Amino acid sequence: MTTPTTGLGRFGAYGGRYVPEALVSALQELDECRSKAMSDPAFLGELAALQRSYTGRPSIITEVPRFAQHCGGARVVLKREDLNHTGSHKINNVLGQALLTKRMGKTRVIAETGAGQHGVATATAAALLGLDCVVYMGRVDTERQALNVARMRLLGAQVVPVDHGSRTLKDAVNEAFRDWVANVDHTHYVLGTVTGPYPFPEMVRDFHRIIGVEARQQMLDEIGRLPDAVLACVGGGSNAMGIFHRFIDDADVRLIGLEGGGEGVATGRHAARFSGQATPGVLHGAFTYVLQDDEGQTVESHSVSAGLDYPSVGPEHAFLHDAGRAEYYPVTDDEAMEAFRLLSQTEGILPAIESAHALAGAMRIGRELGPDALLLVNLSGRGDKDVHTAARWFGLLDDGVAADPVSVSAAAPVEAEGEGVQL
Amino acid sequence: MSESVASPPSAKTRLTQVLAEAKAQDRAALVGYLPVGYPDVDISIEAMVAMVEAGADIVEIGLPYTDPLMDGPVIQAAVTGALAGGVHVADVFRAARAVADAGAAAVVMTYWNPVLRYGVDRFAADLRAAGASGLVTPDLVPDEAAEWIAASDAHGLDRIFLVAPSSTPERLISTTAAGRGFVYAASLMGVTGARDSVGSQAQALVERTRAVTDLPICVGLGVSTPGQAHEVAGFADGVIVGSALVRCLVDATDIQDGLSQLRSLTRELAQGVRR
Ligand SMILES: Cc1ncc(COP(=O)(O)O)c(C=O)c1O
Repeated sequence: MTTPTTGLGRFGAYGGRYVPEALVSALQELDECRSKAMSDPAFLGELAALQRSYTGRPSIITEVPRFAQHCGGARVVLKREDLNHTGSHKINNVLGQALLTKRMGKTRVIAETGAGQHGVATATAAALLGLDCVVYMGRVDTERQALNVARMRLLGAQVVPVDHGSRTLKDAVNEAFRDWVANVDHTHYVLGTVTGPYPFPEMVRDFHRIIGVEARQQMLDEIGRLPDAVLACVGGGSNAMGIFHRFIDDADVRLIGLEGGGEGVATGRHAARFSGQATPGVLHGAFTYVLQDDEGQTVESHSVSAGLDYPSVGPEHAFLHDAGRAEYYPVTDDEAMEAFRLLSQTEGILPAIESAHALAGAMRIGRELGPDALLLVNLSGRGDKDVHTAARWFGLLDDGVAADPVSVSAAAPVEAEGEGVQL
Repeated sequence: MSESVASPPSAKTRLTQVLAEAKAQDRAALVGYLPVGYPDVDISIEAMVAMVEAGADIVEIGLPYTDPLMDGPVIQAAVTGALAGGVHVADVFRAARAVADAGAAAVVMTYWNPVLRYGVDRFAADLRAAGASGLVTPDLVPDEAAEWIAASDAHGLDRIFLVAPSSTPERLISTTAAGRGFVYAASLMGVTGARDSVGSQAQALVERTRAVTDLPICVGLGVSTPGQAHEVAGFADGVIVGSALVRCLVDATDIQDGLSQLRSLTRELAQGVRR
């Protein structure tokens, strides 16, 4: 393994800043701005006020005993990031970056989005703060997350479908970088997860740390002890870093990330970077685990979940993985959808398909650990955006009536699961 | 500045010689970019040799990459086609050999990950063995390049880093100090692709860069016509043309037509770089 040792923003060997020179001064400006802001009471106060009165923080925790029956009887507690304004954890990071955009005197934001939640959050913050907003989204994702495309447009953002490469999140990131190089003097790139060139991985994590800070205290106050394991889905890894970070020093708390296992790691159609499939390399500005071939070409990922369908992962996760501090497992599309169904039907909560991967992880780990275990699961988002995909998956639509072919192309099997399915 | 970065005279590359010859003729050098593998490996190499015969001094051989985030639509289409056609990293060495044998200097333009994956030192060794002079690295700045700096020193290769209109004075100094062969001045803030006019920022950037280094400075991004080449030759040591040349192959109705378009554009550009 090649391990560059110079440069900024390393988590062990991982991270760095692999970007065109044209962007370096913008990254330096961003780094200076956020360093000052993070110790400026005025900035922190403004962000805290928005979190309280706009996002709806602190988000609550919810114990889910009926769902827990499917987790080997272990106690399961959800951190409800799905209750945030705009429907996912993504707003935590976006509000922080949008305020920084204003501080840098920039007037335009761009973003990439997979599931659309980051795009919606960015469009929302842009509307709130009066910034122009352009969101890049792979063509495949505009189809499977059509509802979020409409939401972004209603919020006043321009959504640009990206038609090259895999036409998913990875290609949306490329396009956002191209835009940024050309417009960097007045544009900030609101990167949506804990990857990219320094300072993004650290900055985005710091805006999401609040998830774990709140959750840890809530576990102590409301449940009476720390969890045995904290589980979160991992696309780029922002909701996972957000909830993990405050627990890293709690050596007895297992940190478990669940990746998009797609049709199964053995099939090659998956987004599992930590299952012996990916190797360290550079993608999108960071040295980290990348699904790549023998010649360093990026291999396309696959997941039923647009937000997990990404061939790379945040560098801090790469570090936690190698250090053995966090564990990462793939969850297949089938397992995730089963967890989606179960949470909906046992607790009346529709999770995002991304978050359903973390729930499926809880079902597995709970059965492993048994009834004494206490699991904290980050419910990173709600499933409204996924209703169409889930309905297709479980065969709940009358195809004659639901004649909306654009929204369904990516849903995999349309077979109903028989008696279990009563959504 | 040059004292601090100059390699021993014995390590002078073909690239350095070619740039010095152009300077002695009081003209700018012509640098033509084509990706290896488009439309297929053999034709791409034939096209590179055709460029040399038509007057290109230096050929920038693109190594196709799945995520070319500094490239506009024309080059992206060509490299995607090359990858679909099954181009391999090793093809870049074949292309370099052909360009060097045809008498021009060969430099490889590559995003960093394929080199990292191949093995940085092994890549440098194979590149040197193929007769190439060095690398242009659009997503590798000197700050992250310790391993490449060591390998290029060990194998006597040039390392061509980019400077941009947004580069601060401090970065112009540190980037040019780390580089060798020439400095690639990005004429504008943006990605590759033909533009109607060469950015007004180009000349100012060249002047700022000249003030801190003795390395030759070649200007790229957006240069597409002989007139633009002539304009840039008025203030730069080399003129880099990419998308306009690639387009000859992308737009052609057949291969022979594409190669002859490429030859005639290269010939006109070679006239253009004469002051
Ligand atoms: C609800 C939800 N959860 C998780 C993710 C995955 O992103 P990350 O791994 O950065 O949290 C997304 C991405 O779109 C999302 O919308």
